[in-house]
Amino acid sequence: MRWLVAGCTLALVLMALLAPLPAAMAAGAAPQARRITIAARGFAFAPGTVRVNRGDTVIVDLESMDVVHGLYVDGYGVAAQAEPGRSGQLTFVADRDGAFRFRCNVACGNLHPFMIGKLVVSPNLTWLRAIAATLITAAGTLILFWKR
Amino acid sequence: MRYALSDIPFIKRLLRSRWPQWNLTATLLLFFVLAIIAGLVGTPAGNRNFGIVFVWIVWWALLILLLVPFAGRLWCGVCPIPAPGEWLQRRALVQPRPGGKLYTLGVKWPRALRNIWLQNAGFLGVALFSIIILTTPSATALVLLGFVIVAVGASLVFERRTFCRYLCPVGGFIGLYSQVAPIELRVKDAAVCASHTDKTCYTGSDDGYGCPWLLFPGGLTNNTTCGLCTECLKTCTRDNIAIFVRQPGADLLKTTGRKLDEAYKGLIMLACAFIYSAVLSGPWGALKETAAAVGTPGWFAYAGIFLALNLAILPGLFWLAVRSGRWISKPASTTMRALFADYAAVLIPLGLTAWVAFTLSFALINFSYAWPVLSDPLGWGWNLLGTAGLKWTPYIPGFVPALQIPVLLIGLTAAIGLALRTTRQHGQSPWAAAPVAAFCTAATVGLLGLYLA
Repeated sequence: MRWLVAGCTLALVLMALLAPLPAAMAAGAAPQARRITIAARGFAFAPGTVRVNRGDTVIVDLESMDVVHGLYVDGYGVAAQAEPGRSGQLTFVADRDGAFRFRCNVACGNLHPFMIGKLVVSPNLTWLRAIAATLITAAGTLILFWKR
Repeated sequence: MRYALSDIPFIKRLLRSRWPQWNLTATLLLFFVLAIIAGLVGTPAGNRNFGIVFVWIVWWALLILLLVPFAGRLWCGVCPIPAPGEWLQRRALVQPRPGGKLYTLGVKWPRALRNIWLQNAGFLGVALFSIIILTTPSATALVLLGFVIVAVGASLVFERRTFCRYLCPVGGFIGLYSQVAPIELRVKDAAVCASHTDKTCYTGSDDGYGCPWLLFPGGLTNNTTCGLCTECLKTCTRDNIAIFVRQPGADLLKTTGRKLDEAYKGLIMLACAFIYSAVLSGPWGALKETAAAVGTPGWFAYAGIFLALNLAILPGLFWLAVRSGRWISKPASTTMRALFADYAAVLIPLGLTAWVAFTLSFALINFSYAWPVLSDPLGWGWNLLGTAGLKWTPYIPGFVPALQIPVLLIGLTAAIGLALRTTRQHGQSPWAAAPVAAFCTAATVGLLGLYLA
């Protein structure tokens, strides 16, 4: 019985994380072009969080307010650099949903490794799937060990 | 289910000889000294400085992702920080003096401090200033130097490895999380120890020193305080001590009789995992600036919130969860304080996996800083190994969430399993575990939110 509960829980967790969703559920807003200006200054990006929809064409204008900064988007592998008075630009299609860190990729000072922003591509199904998997794990574990 | 790894002849020879371990510690000490020198005289740019890159990226990642989960306190067994003090105390580098004699004032550590409260305080102190320490080479160097000075001082004044046992801020959490590891050092047969009147494992002999960690191996029931220095393997005349491979987390199965200092260590580690994930890996620039602006009014507010989260808010929430469980089903005969400490065992897998998830968020991304630093440790323009020009390259950044999610779910599973086990060991209904399970689930969702939302 225990193995059955454990197997079912694992199967449900994997389904929550990996199962393909019906197109209607997975679909987000209609794709559009989005131009976003990100200012880089003193180990911070402004805005720190950028939200777009899956399928959007994202055009980022990176403006540096102090020293040379870069912007690298995790998961997309695209990058740009800017220096004061000379902005950088990068364009990509946000074809993967989820939350992705973007970070400075030009050493700019002590806090450089932690100069981080966040790109959220909606619908953020990874996050929703993770919540579902967590709740299933919690419930499954409670059932599994309830009477042992 | 356990297997005596150290009974394999090759491994037994390795552990009985002093040379392999000594060579490893001496090599690590060279790296350690280089980290201090680089911090003091090298480039102030952290990502080009050996001290920052090798301590806070390479060593930290190895410690949290591999050593602690899979080998427990193995790091403590080869750690270079206490080595100079220990060599002074022994007046010997490798081979022991006759009878394992030590040269120290031999003052006994105060009874009231024979716990990990000082280690908790030390860790909180380092964590509070972490954004400075992790990014400023000179700060890292001063912290490391401070550790060595305190360790040497403790070796000269107090008996054995008092620094490691009661003071090292890193050792506190390594000990706590080493209970998860699938290895343990234990005696093979307790009856043999009982009949062995000399107790050379504790007193020392011509073959080695009495347990530097002030333990009697025959009484070991968990990994928390054993530093895997393997001294007892060398001094046991009955060949009755071994390093065993065991079921992971075996120490956690006994969820009664736990201590409040260790409970707080678990809470502090979980709170710090949250704070680090928000401050260091989060997208809030103002938060980073405030945490780094030491001495400003904003920083004092940050410090107040930091300490409140660690010492009051998270412990308060956990207390409420345990108290709710007690209200649902009263235990046979346990005080609230004991119940709080016992349920805190759930924080061990939960906290360890939280730290693994946090470490995954930056280790793979920043690991490539190590290659140029190998060739140019001080950032002075050298190119010793031809790797100085290698560019920063994040490793599998898009794959990090796929690693973080299962890691956190494993921690949650273990935590809830332990909560239910605790109810049984205290004679409570399983329903009493529900509030603690909810706490653990909320913590997991919170961490996932910081990484994925």
